[in-house]
Amino acid sequence: MESALETAFPFIVYSVGILLAFQGVLMIVAYTVLAERKVLGWIQGRIGPNRVGPWGVLQPFADLLKFIFKEDLVPDKSTKFVYFLAPLVALTCALLPIALYPFGPRIADPLGWLVPYTAGIPYLGDAVPWIAERAINMPLTIAQLDVGVLFILAITSVGVYGIALAGWSSNNKYSLMGGLRSSAQMISYELAMGASIIGVVILAGTLDLNGIIQAQSAGPWYMRWYIIPQFIGFMVFLIAAFAETNRVPFDLPEAETELVAGFHTEYSALKFALFFMAEYVNMFTVSVLCTVLFLGGWYTPGLSYLFPVGSIPYALASHVTFLLKIFAFLFLYIWIRGTLPRFRFDQLMSFGWKFLLPVAIGNVILTIVIVYLLNM
Amino acid sequence: MEPSLESYLALSGILFTIGAVGVIYKRNAIGVFMCIELMLNAVNLTFVSFSRYYGDATGQLFVFMVMSVAAAEAAVGLGIIIAFFRNRISVDVDDASILKF
Amino acid sequence: MVSTVIFFLFAGFAIACAISMVYHKNPLYSAISLIGVFIALAGLYVTLAATFIAVTQILVYAGAIMVLVVFVIMLLNLDEDKPLNRLRYLYVVGAGLGVALLAQTFFIFYAVLKTPKSPADPDSLAGSPMSIGQAMYTEYLLPVEIVGVMLLMAIIGAVILVRRMEQPEMEAVIEQESENRIE
Repeated sequence: MESALETAFPFIVYSVGILLAFQGVLMIVAYTVLAERKVLGWIQGRIGPNRVGPWGVLQPFADLLKFIFKEDLVPDKSTKFVYFLAPLVALTCALLPIALYPFGPRIADPLGWLVPYTAGIPYLGDAVPWIAERAINMPLTIAQLDVGVLFILAITSVGVYGIALAGWSSNNKYSLMGGLRSSAQMISYELAMGASIIGVVILAGTLDLNGIIQAQSAGPWYMRWYIIPQFIGFMVFLIAAFAETNRVPFDLPEAETELVAGFHTEYSALKFALFFMAEYVNMFTVSVLCTVLFLGGWYTPGLSYLFPVGSIPYALASHVTFLLKIFAFLFLYIWIRGTLPRFRFDQLMSFGWKFLLPVAIGNVILTIVIVYLLNM
Repeated sequence: MEPSLESYLALSGILFTIGAVGVIYKRNAIGVFMCIELMLNAVNLTFVSFSRYYGDATGQLFVFMVMSVAAAEAAVGLGIIIAFFRNRISVDVDDASILKF
Repeated sequence: MVSTVIFFLFAGFAIACAISMVYHKNPLYSAISLIGVFIALAGLYVTLAATFIAVTQILVYAGAIMVLVVFVIMLLNLDEDKPLNRLRYLYVVGAGLGVALLAQTFFIFYAVLKTPKSPADPDSLAGSPMSIGQAMYTEYLLPVEIVGVMLLMAIIGAVILVRRMEQPEMEAVIEQESENRIE
């Protein structure tokens, strides 16, 4: 009995962790949609959704119900199998990186404070110390991977297929144009994105997301957040991230004034909702990556003076600052959508290849030279 | 218990066979190209499994090299296919039997 | 036990996808099947404790090479393959080659099965990015440099290959081609 519990314990903990992480991220994503409509309304001097619940807070659920109950139209001449596969690929590739998000620092003894309160209670009195003993030094990450950064890049690059196949299988010329545009755009900007990360990896000496955060918390003051030594890399990453997530000013795959709705013209109801969700989860993932690589992730200078490192308040405060940084990026996305017009396709391509990529490679060379000179 | 070396080698051999037969049967240049990629991947699998069972990183390093070669091959091979398509409006390897257009 | 089950799942998926790649006449279906093979192989690399290679496999093969292939298929708008109406002897050649290679595979399987060998060291660090990087920039620096030069050549070659001809020349070629086709 005891050994069976021992074996099952990690599975239970991971299941609870996965449930919490995915549910939390999806709720935040649902409210990002509402926030986008509200903020856009504010920028354009409108009110935005305000009918469902106070200030429209129940709008995401109303949208979801609408998506579920709408009629699901399948074009007659479409390639059925690929047509059904495409939204699944898009959403799966968007959701997989959640497993690697570094939500916060390790807590030294998360449940130890519960033990004295439950000491006298019949079953709980035995169970709580047993669990507390096994929960010591538990990381606030579902999966620790020593190639975390590469993994997220790889999975997001597979996400192109969702869009490209959706465009091809719909058998619609606007969809096909959207799909072609998106694959060309994402291949081009992936290079700049990958090259802009190399500088950070050289400074941190690791590809592990938590390792990068730890490296940022250990350096001298100007290395505390890599945005200071890697400002060029940060700007390149930010621009490439906008292109990778197909957001304004790089939303050419769905450019509604040119291509009706781009790759998802023929998608309706729940399949459209999957694409929609994938786009916003991708936004969240890119914001997390940007936060971790350039803004220290959950690490905020000064917090360790307020609370002892490893305590529960420290972890909570770190987690809140992590979320705040992500929300700042999400707000930036919405703000730029309300401000900038769309690129033309040839401008987009020449900007990516002739400006962004050389700048990113120059940044890598500069970083290598400076690191070499400093270590000499 | 971990699966043993010979099961990985057998899988690699089967994938290589499928790729080799595919190269002969396919008439589409892109299909032939994809079968060659499959054969390269089968070889990669043997590299990685030997690297695992000898505890040496060299095999994985050579997988990396094979991947670079495959990437170069993709760039040039697809370039040739596109140039060929522009000239003959077809990607059938049988149409490429005369070495001119 | 768990890793054996995972091995057979991924291996079966890889073989099924490989067969479907050769079987399908539509190049896009072949490409999707090949992506399935690559992802299954990445999973197998994880069971072999080679996480770096597994992630690179997805990044390079599934994320870059196959995107290019799918892009080209969509761009050229390729139809299904024509039926194999001539070169019938290819069936014999293909079958013979397949049987020979399979026989060789089983011979290797049998030979390795008979060979005494020590089990893999479970704590081996051979798959970490650090060890691969170390080998890459010390012992095998020259091959890495050569691969770099080769990639540069490939970039230049691809650009030269697909450079468009002058417009009138191209129209003449297409006209001549379509005339040939009609004849």
